[in-house]
Amino acid sequence: MLLLAGIALAFYWVPMAPLEGFRQRIFYIHVPVALTAYACFGWGAWKGLRLLWTRDQRHDLESYTAIHIGTIFGILTLVTGSIWARTSWGVWWSWGERQLVLFLVLFLFYSAYFMLRYSVDPGPRRANMSAVYALFGVVLIPISFLAIRLAEDLIHPVVFDRDVGTNLAGSQLFTFVVCLAGMLVLAAALYLNELTGKRVDARLRELRESLA
Amino acid sequence: MTYLGDVAALARTSLLLELRSRDTVPALLLFVVSALVVFRFALPADASDLAAIGLLWIAVVFTAILALTRAFVAEREGRVLDGLVLAPCDRSAIWLGKALGVLAFLLVAEAIALPAFGLFFAPVDGATVAAFLLADLGIAAVGTLLAAIAAVSRARELLLPLLFLPLVIPVVVGGVGASVEPDPGRYLAFLGLYDGIFAILAWATFEYVVTE
Amino acid sequence: MIRARGLERRFGETRALAGLDLDVPRGGFLSVAGPNGSGKSTLLALLAGLLAPTRGSLEVDADRAEIGYLAHEGLVYRELTAVENLELYGRLYRVPERRERIGMLLERHGLWEVRHRRVSAFSRGMAQRLALCRTLLHDPRLLLLDEPYSALDDDGARLLDAHLAELAGERTLVVATHDPARIRSLASSELVLA
Repeated sequence: MLLLAGIALAFYWVPMAPLEGFRQRIFYIHVPVALTAYACFGWGAWKGLRLLWTRDQRHDLESYTAIHIGTIFGILTLVTGSIWARTSWGVWWSWGERQLVLFLVLFLFYSAYFMLRYSVDPGPRRANMSAVYALFGVVLIPISFLAIRLAEDLIHPVVFDRDVGTNLAGSQLFTFVVCLAGMLVLAAALYLNELTGKRVDARLRELRESLA
Repeated sequence: MTYLGDVAALARTSLLLELRSRDTVPALLLFVVSALVVFRFALPADASDLAAIGLLWIAVVFTAILALTRAFVAEREGRVLDGLVLAPCDRSAIWLGKALGVLAFLLVAEAIALPAFGLFFAPVDGATVAAFLLADLGIAAVGTLLAAIAAVSRARELLLPLLFLPLVIPVVVGGVGASVEPDPGRYLAFLGLYDGIFAILAWATFEYVVTE
Repeated sequence: MIRARGLERRFGETRALAGLDLDVPRGGFLSVAGPNGSGKSTLLALLAGLLAPTRGSLEVDADRAEIGYLAHEGLVYRELTAVENLELYGRLYRVPERRERIGMLLERHGLWEVRHRRVSAFSRGMAQRLALCRTLLHDPRLLLLDEPYSALDDDGARLLDAHLAELAGERTLVVATHDPARIRSLASSELVLA
């Protein structure tokens, strides 16, 4: 149910947005998707911290699921960002676009997270390591952002005109906030969906074993 | 004070092991120089010396990765890491002792690489040296923790670079920036920030990486 | 000293230990026998605190400084000398009068002559004896020995017999072995894992 509500919220309002160019529309998806990805990574790191604190293994699955969803949204950010770059500047990629570069770095980082999980046998060790790596990830986000800002001077001395700035008019802001809320709800729905799915699988396995 | 004593004992052990690995350390030092030579040939004839600085950083980073891949090899044989973890000392001392060993190696590697670079390309300035010193701290701090993670996993040699490279991107940005920009202050400060934050994070979380 | 209820440990899908109940009193001597893969090593690792139980409860009334753990792999650096290894562990375990104690143990185990030789140059039996020295270095209250007799020659084995005889009753011991008969006279209880 939550899933449907999330999708409805996220996408119903976009066509309702005032008639702007396609570029603006993508903005309403791209930035909320990016922010939602950050939220997921943050949630994953938080669950990781809880795991290390309490040694309660349930948090491992929660952390993993959050990061999984976050990575999906991260890929979407890269895709929508690429589309935006294409419609704005005619190129599919732009090193001057900070968010895009940041997400590329994060994509590499969290892909390595999954490699880590696949290379270590399931158990408390893997849970601990994943949690620690998730914490590193969330710290990497602001540090990378700073680095990319510094790097712009090295790679692209030209300052890109970010015409989609923070000054949004009333109705635009409203649409944006609704889209953001929709994205977050969507992410939460996917998260809960995947989490319960995995928990049910685990329970089934347990039951099967205790019967054997 | 026993903490520092523990760290000193472990650092001493780490250095002893490095000095005694007759095959590894010289090979890695040779690698740095070989890499620089290869880069010389890889650059077009009219390439700027600034581009070459970037390659110097790459050479050092990749040498560091090779060194880190071998960082916990001695502890893996005979499960020494378990022995250290069982000792009543603080587990973060293990990290610190090993990181100091890695740091020492990096300093030696740079003591060879930077003059070699000066010979092949152009002399390096004080800011570059400072940048390398700061970068070493960050690389040793983060790399040692990741090396411990990779040591437990199945795909050790592959996993460490995957985990490490996204985290080292900010270091490269800071380092190259400090090496080429006329005003290196910002970049050096950024490297300091990276070092401080990630060193504290690694110090605090190492315990969880080696225990259940 | 040790109390386990329903102790279980899995590795991924495999269950190494299932539903184990255990009681070892202070000063007790538990011998653990069983074929390869029956979970002896897993049990000892759990008791040492290296592994966490997947399920069930485990209470060990000893902290890290009081536990001596002998693993099959020896837990010593191969590229360091015998003395260097023991010096390091002696430091980490805060062993009082470190140098004397190290000397005494090396002497007793017939390793004094080779104390400055690297472990990589040791025979399997000598390495095992050094591992034993490492385990006993800090005079632990609880000893967890995983197949301590493996790789020992007759002399080494007899030395170990003598050690165990001394320690039994004074300290708490859990010894995993292929040959439970050897320590049956000393053991206060026996556990056989399937």
